[in-house]
Amino acid sequence: MTTLRVPLRLEARPAPSRVAALASPLIAAIATLVVGFVLFTALGRDPFAAFHAFFIKPLDSAYGLSELLLKASPLMLIATGLAVGYRANVWNIGAEGQLLVGAIAGGGLALAFDTSASALLLPAMIVAGALGGMAWASIPAWLRTRFHANEILVSLMLVYVATHLLSWLVHGPWRDPEGFNFPQSKLFQDAALLPAPFEGLRINAGLWVSFGMVAAGYVFMQKSFAGFQMRVAGLAPAAANYAGISAARTVWMSMLAGGACAGIAGVQEAAGPVGQLLPTLSPGYGFAAIIVAFVGRLHAVGIVLASLLMSLLYLGGESAQLNLALPSSVTGLFQGTLLFFLLAADVLIHFRVRRVQPAREDGVTRNARGETA
Amino acid sequence: MDQFTQLVVLTLAAGTPLVFAALGELVTEKAGVLNLGVEGMMLVGAVTAFAVAATTSSHWLGVAAGIAAGALMSLVFGVLALSLMANQVASGLALSLFGLGLSAFAGLSFVSVVIDGIRAVTIPVLSALPIVGKLVFSHNPLVYLSLLLFAAVQFFLYRTRAGLVLRAVGESPQSAHAIGYPVIAIRYAAVMFGGACSGLAGAYLAVAYTPLWVEGMTAGRGWIALALVVFATWKPWRVLAGAYLFGGVTLAQFQAQAMGLDVASQFLAMLPYLATIIVLAIISRDATTIRLNAPASLGRPFHAG
Repeated sequence: MTTLRVPLRLEARPAPSRVAALASPLIAAIATLVVGFVLFTALGRDPFAAFHAFFIKPLDSAYGLSELLLKASPLMLIATGLAVGYRANVWNIGAEGQLLVGAIAGGGLALAFDTSASALLLPAMIVAGALGGMAWASIPAWLRTRFHANEILVSLMLVYVATHLLSWLVHGPWRDPEGFNFPQSKLFQDAALLPAPFEGLRINAGLWVSFGMVAAGYVFMQKSFAGFQMRVAGLAPAAANYAGISAARTVWMSMLAGGACAGIAGVQEAAGPVGQLLPTLSPGYGFAAIIVAFVGRLHAVGIVLASLLMSLLYLGGESAQLNLALPSSVTGLFQGTLLFFLLAADVLIHFRVRRVQPAREDGVTRNARGETA
Repeated sequence: MDQFTQLVVLTLAAGTPLVFAALGELVTEKAGVLNLGVEGMMLVGAVTAFAVAATTSSHWLGVAAGIAAGALMSLVFGVLALSLMANQVASGLALSLFGLGLSAFAGLSFVSVVIDGIRAVTIPVLSALPIVGKLVFSHNPLVYLSLLLFAAVQFFLYRTRAGLVLRAVGESPQSAHAIGYPVIAIRYAAVMFGGACSGLAGAYLAVAYTPLWVEGMTAGRGWIALALVVFATWKPWRVLAGAYLFGGVTLAQFQAQAMGLDVASQFLAMLPYLATIIVLAIISRDATTIRLNAPASLGRPFHAG
C-alpha cells in the first residue's frame, strides 16, 4: 500500500468528475491569490494595498481595460492553437519561437513594401505570419513523423534558434539606419499597422482576429470529424490506431494549428502595440499561452477566460512595479504557481479523497463508512 | 599542442553542467519518471547558489544551497506527479515555467553583483607537468566532482541491489509493488536526486563557470540535458560523451570568433540548439532502439489501488 501516515487516501472515481474539472481552475485561482497574499506580506507590503495595485488598479480605467484585452488577444489565440495539439497528446511547447518567426514573416512583408498604402498589405501580413509560424512548426512535425524525434524538445530548441534569428535580423540586414544603432527595424508605415479605433487606446482590430480564431478552433474541435478524430487520438491512441486514424496526420494538424495561431499572434504584436520588429517583441506569450490552454481546460470559453486572467497577471506585475516597487517578474512567479495549483486540483477529476480509519488489530483497513478497502 | 590541451580543458568545463543535469535526469527516468523541469530546477539552483555565495562569500555553501534548492523544487514536482498523479509532461513544464519566474524574481538584486568564482585546482608538481598537468590536474574541482558522480551513478545503477530495484521500478512498477518495494518512495528519491543534480548544474554555472547571475542564464541547457538522456539511450557513459560533444559545440562560437571567421555571432549561438535537434532526429530514427532502451513505464503515473 502506498497509504501515507495521514488518514486520507485517494480512491479512483468510476468516471471523471465534470464538476471537479470545472471547479479546479477556480480552486487554483483562489489558491494562487492566497499565495500572493502570503508573498506580499512576507515582502513587507500591506497585502490589501498590494492586491488593489495588482488586481484592481489595472482595470479601473478604459485604458486599463483596453490593455487587458490587448494582452489577452495573443494569449487566447496561441492557446487555441496549442489546445488542438494538447487534446491530441501532441506537445508543441515552442509557440514562442513560432510567434517570432510569424512576426519576422509578417514584419518582413511590411518592411519590403514600406511605401505601400494598399489595403491588402495587412491581410497579406497576417497570412504571411500564419505561414511563417506553420513553417517553423512543421520542423518538429516532420522530425516527429519521419524520425520519431520528440516534438517537445525539438519545438523548444527552435525557440532559441528563432530568438537568435530575429536578433540577427534587427542587428544586421533589417536594422533601421536612422535608429541610432539600436537593434530594431524601421517603424511600420500606417498601412501595415492594425487599426486602433479608439482614440488614445491601444486596443486594435487584432482582437477580432483572435475571437474569430477561437470560434474556428471551437467548431473544428467540437463539431468537425477531423477534430473528433484528433480527440480520439489523444484519449485512446490504440483505439485511434485501430480505427485507422493516421497518427502522422494528427501530429501535422496539431503542429500546424499551433504554428499558424502563434504566427498570427506574432504579427499582432509587431503590427499592433510594438509597431516594428524588436528582439523583445514578446514578453513570453508563447509560454504563458501553455498555461492559458491548461487553465482554460483546452476549451474555447475557458481559454478566453483564462487569457483574461493571465493578461491581468501581466498588467498586475507592471502595476506592482510602478506602485509597490516590486519587480515585474513577480508575474512569472504567479503564472507558474497558478499552473501548479491547477495540476494539483486536477487530481479530484479522477480521484476522490476518502478518510481511512487507522488499521485495526486485524489489519483490515476500513473507510469512513466502515467498509473494508 | 598547447591549443589542443586548451580546447580539451574548455570542452570539459562547458560540458560539465550538462553532465550533472543529464545524469540526474537519467536516474529519475530510470525510475520511470519524466521530469521536464530540469531547466527550472537549474535556474533556481543557480540563483540560490549565487545568492548564498555572494552573501556568505563561501562558494561551497553556495553550491550546497544550490543542490538543496534543486531538490526542493523537484519535491514540488514529486508531490504533483507522484502523490497527486498529475500528468508528468504538464507538471514538468509547470516546474520549468515556475523556476524561470521564481529565479528572475529572487535574483533581481544580484544581477550586477560580482563574485570570485571557484577556481581551477593547482596541485603542486602535478599541475606543472607538461601537457598531462594541464589535461588532468588543472580543472575546476566541480569538473572532478562531475566525473565522480558519473562513476557513482554507473556503479549504483548496474552494480548495486538498490540500483536494480530502481530500474525495476522504472520497468514495471506493478511487479516491484507486488514484490513489496515502495514504488512511490523510490520514485520520490529518484526525482529528488535528479533535482539535486540539476541544482548542482545550476550552481556550477553561477559560481564556477561564468561566475555571475543573469536572468535565464542556463539558456536552454536543461532542455539539452533532457535531449542528451534520449541521445544516450539511457546509458550513463553515453551521457558523458554526449555532454562533452555539446560542450564542444557551445565553444564553437568563441573559437570561430578567435579564428576571425566572418559569421554573425547569432548563427554561431544557434549551433548547440541545431546540433541537439539533428542529433535527436538521428538517434530517434530507429524507433526500436529507443523502445528497447527507454524505461518501460516512463511517464506513466502509478497508483497502487
